[in-house]
Amino acid sequence: GWPGSGGTRGGAAMDLFGDLRRMNKRQLYYQVLNFAMIVSSALMIWKGLIVVTGSESPIVVVLSGSMEPAFHRGDLLFLTNFHDDPIRAGEIVVFKVEGRDIPIVHRVIKVHEKGNGNIKFLTKGDNNEVDDRGLYKEGQNWLEKKDVVGRARGFLPYVGMVTIIMNDYPKFKYALLAVMGAYVLLKRES
Amino acid sequence: LRKNVEDFTGPRERSDLGFVTFDITADILNRKNGLQSFRNKITLIIFDWNVKQLFLYLSAEYSTKNNALNQVVLWDKIMLRGDNPRLSLKDMKSKYFFFDDGNGLKGNRNITLTLSWNVVPNAGILPLVTGSGHVSVPFPDTYETTKSY
Repeated sequence: GWPGSGGTRGGAAMDLFGDLRRMNKRQLYYQVLNFAMIVSSALMIWKGLIVVTGSESPIVVVLSGSMEPAFHRGDLLFLTNFHDDPIRAGEIVVFKVEGRDIPIVHRVIKVHEKGNGNIKFLTKGDNNEVDDRGLYKEGQNWLEKKDVVGRARGFLPYVGMVTIIMNDYPKFKYALLAVMGAYVLLKRES
Repeated sequence: LRKNVEDFTGPRERSDLGFVTFDITADILNRKNGLQSFRNKITLIIFDWNVKQLFLYLSAEYSTKNNALNQVVLWDKIMLRGDNPRLSLKDMKSKYFFFDDGNGLKGNRNITLTLSWNVVPNAGILPLVTGSGHVSVPFPDTYETTKSY
């Protein structure tokens, strides 16, 4: 067979190295640009989603079991956060406690809204015995609109598990990135 | 959907605390072909292949001097697909404390109780539906001081 074809000797790994040696600089730059374009497009789509939904984080992963049996750890939630959407009892909101990064997905159980639009509300996880006052900041008894990341409008089960696994097992994350990078760089356009 | 309520307010240091007892009778149905009509205004809630559960809640909505709009969830229940679809609760006490933000419950004649539900699908959109049919509850002008709850 041809030198470097790898065919019956050593299998796929030999093929890869064969490819790398044969690529000249131009092809490499082309592949890198291709890769960069894919990343940019993905980022643009994400930014577009942020604009369209009005939420800083339009897609979130459920991290705890406090909303079971509706949502389980690893489920994916789709949020909107339109400015004119009122906050009403029964809605599922995703909020962040001031000073903390972790978004919490719970249900609104009390709302007090003034005539000028000022709203304060209380939340509770369906699966929790008590309301969320224990989760809020020291001395804070209510949440306000500014704490809201978005309202849950739709959901997909299980899909977010990948994110949780990547978080809990960083080695998995690097391995995944390495595989993706290798695939994109070496993929040939026919 | 029928609700009967009896109520009285109790004093607390700063905010009014309301006590409401209620009955709920509801028939929650599976989708059948065609329409079905009922005597009173019973709202059809549909359990179909994509509905994992319903999150039902009874909320009280009212206005006070302090706040133009107040909503307080008094009671909730999770109904999974396959659970007994008939709700027949009598003389229920509210699950959660009915605190007002201030003293707006005393003498408030217009507190509306509505039953609503959140449809949780197996996958897809999460609608929030309010039942048609609601009950108005007036609170008395005085506080009860001796009732233990």
